[in-house]
Amino acid sequence: MSRVTPTLLRALLLALLVTFLLAPETFEPLLRPLVQQNAPVIYAQGNLMSLTLQHLATVFAATLAATIVAVSLAVLVSRPIGAEFLPLSRSLVNIGQTFPPVAVLALAVPVVGFGEKPTLIALFLYGLLPIFENTLTGLTTLPRAVVEAARGTGMTGWQRLVKIELPLAMPVILAGIRLSVVISLATATIGSTVAARTLGEVIIAGLQSNNLAYVVQGGLIVGALAVLIYDGFSAVERRLAVRS
Amino acid sequence: MTFRIDKLGVLIVVLAIYGVLSPFATLKANRIVPGEGFDILEALPGGFGRLMLLAVVGGAAMALLRREALWRLLSASVVLAALFACVGLAAAYLTPADNSYARVSPASGFWILLFTFSLLATDGISRMNPRPSVRLLFLALAIGIVSVILLSGLWTDLSVMKEYAARADVFWTEASRHLLLALGSLIAAAVVGLPIGIFCERVPALRSAVLNTLNLVQTIPSIALFGIMIAPLGWIAANVPGAYAIGVRGIGVAPAFVALFLYSLLPIVANTVAGLSGVPRQAREAARGLGMTSAQRLIRVEFPLALPVILTGIRIVLVQNIGLATIAALIGGGGFGTFVFQGLGQTATDLVLLGALPTVALAFASAVVLDALIDMNAVAPPRKDTR
Repeated sequence: MSRVTPTLLRALLLALLVTFLLAPETFEPLLRPLVQQNAPVIYAQGNLMSLTLQHLATVFAATLAATIVAVSLAVLVSRPIGAEFLPLSRSLVNIGQTFPPVAVLALAVPVVGFGEKPTLIALFLYGLLPIFENTLTGLTTLPRAVVEAARGTGMTGWQRLVKIELPLAMPVILAGIRLSVVISLATATIGSTVAARTLGEVIIAGLQSNNLAYVVQGGLIVGALAVLIYDGFSAVERRLAVRS
Repeated sequence: MTFRIDKLGVLIVVLAIYGVLSPFATLKANRIVPGEGFDILEALPGGFGRLMLLAVVGGAAMALLRREALWRLLSASVVLAALFACVGLAAAYLTPADNSYARVSPASGFWILLFTFSLLATDGISRMNPRPSVRLLFLALAIGIVSVILLSGLWTDLSVMKEYAARADVFWTEASRHLLLALGSLIAAAVVGLPIGIFCERVPALRSAVLNTLNLVQTIPSIALFGIMIAPLGWIAANVPGAYAIGVRGIGVAPAFVALFLYSLLPIVANTVAGLSGVPRQAREAARGLGMTSAQRLIRVEFPLALPVILTGIRIVLVQNIGLATIAALIGGGGFGTFVFQGLGQTATDLVLLGALPTVALAFASAVVLDALIDMNAVAPPRKDTR
């Protein structure tokens, strides 16, 4: 029973989300009390489904780039050739996390202009940190015996990395990517303040026209996406952790 | 002292060359149009340009040839001080006389050099792995230097400072509003969250329910949560006769404060639970053996042992709140975000900087202070591996 309930809840959440995106009018009576008479209830200046897909695409592109760069960097500083950069990279990760996303976003605008680009840059930079940190932790806390055994069987450094170290560190790396995606999903909404097409557009339209229904629907869609993606990643991590 | 080439040094040299070749300062006809770039020699009067170049060359050479942490930190500090001084000089030099519309701002070259030598200084500090008190001293020195520069009027002609001069009173109002939002919600969350955390640690049945609920709150994007907080008051405005007329709309500081408070709860509760569960069983048994009551054990044994983990939660919250408080401006809550969003709206980069730079500095300084506090309270201070 207790094992089935969470799965059922998730399926229900997914069904609700898809229904809302495909036929938002069905939820109109629920949101109606949030607005004053005659005000529109469902965001109509843009299609909710296409905004959601655009939002996910932006997050996906930024996270993909961040994963490639962060994992490569972590691999580099955990090898002898990049070991000189290890103390510096740890401090940089610490400092980087103190930069507020709004500041990164706003400061990227003068360099690349309004639109998707500053959002992608901010999401990329912000996404780097958790992935880098987790990959580094995963690679530097491997059981010594396993690494030595791999060395003993005559594997080259590259073989050890690809066949032993990265697969063993994979659950921790995935946890970093999950963290990064969840942060990015929320941060992408702020991207709409610099004219990126994300679900933030709905929320900001609501704030500007004093329309609570907009704010709530935008916020809940992003929240539901974050919960579902978080759960999906957690399930994959558990499966990987069991296998290894 | 062996002279062997350092890999970070090579990176520093490459970045420094790129920085020197990029424009150091920009002169704009007014605050929103794009400007014209000047390199170091053009932007600075007389010998100052050559001195600045000399400092950069010296700093880069140090990075390349000397690996001792102290030397790296010292040479990086010299270059950074020179950069800060020269950007002010460049602004005074480039601003045409009796033209109150012209603006001089630091250009890409300045930012690249600032980044490069901050990197070198960070490397020096992280290699020295200084004690918490020394780290606080470094922070105090850095704050002191920046304050002296600000008070000396060296930066008066920089465009950011002109934006500041135009709204000095508003700046301090918004600054105190920002601090009120970030610190006030942290204190409120600590007052509420610590007891909840203690309670959850004692009653495991409640733990997952409370933590899962707080986790859900975190998935709601910040602008939406700020907005949703308007909902209860907004509902009153729409449904209670007369409420709308007297201005109940829930816009302003209150919803921002509540939203930040809700975001702050999870790290505080979760870390209190984690810290208390991590107290070694022997310590609890020993305290019990001494005849301490449950309350005495909590206050005198368990809480001090859990303090570093709880402080880590508070560090996360403080840094996060300082950043998120910028969003409050979107719902009329004030704070430094006001300047950021006004600046974005007017495409006035300097106004964005006026909001963004203090936010970044505040978040960074709080992180350093709390990290030092965490290390000071740790039973065995965690020392990072040094080389």
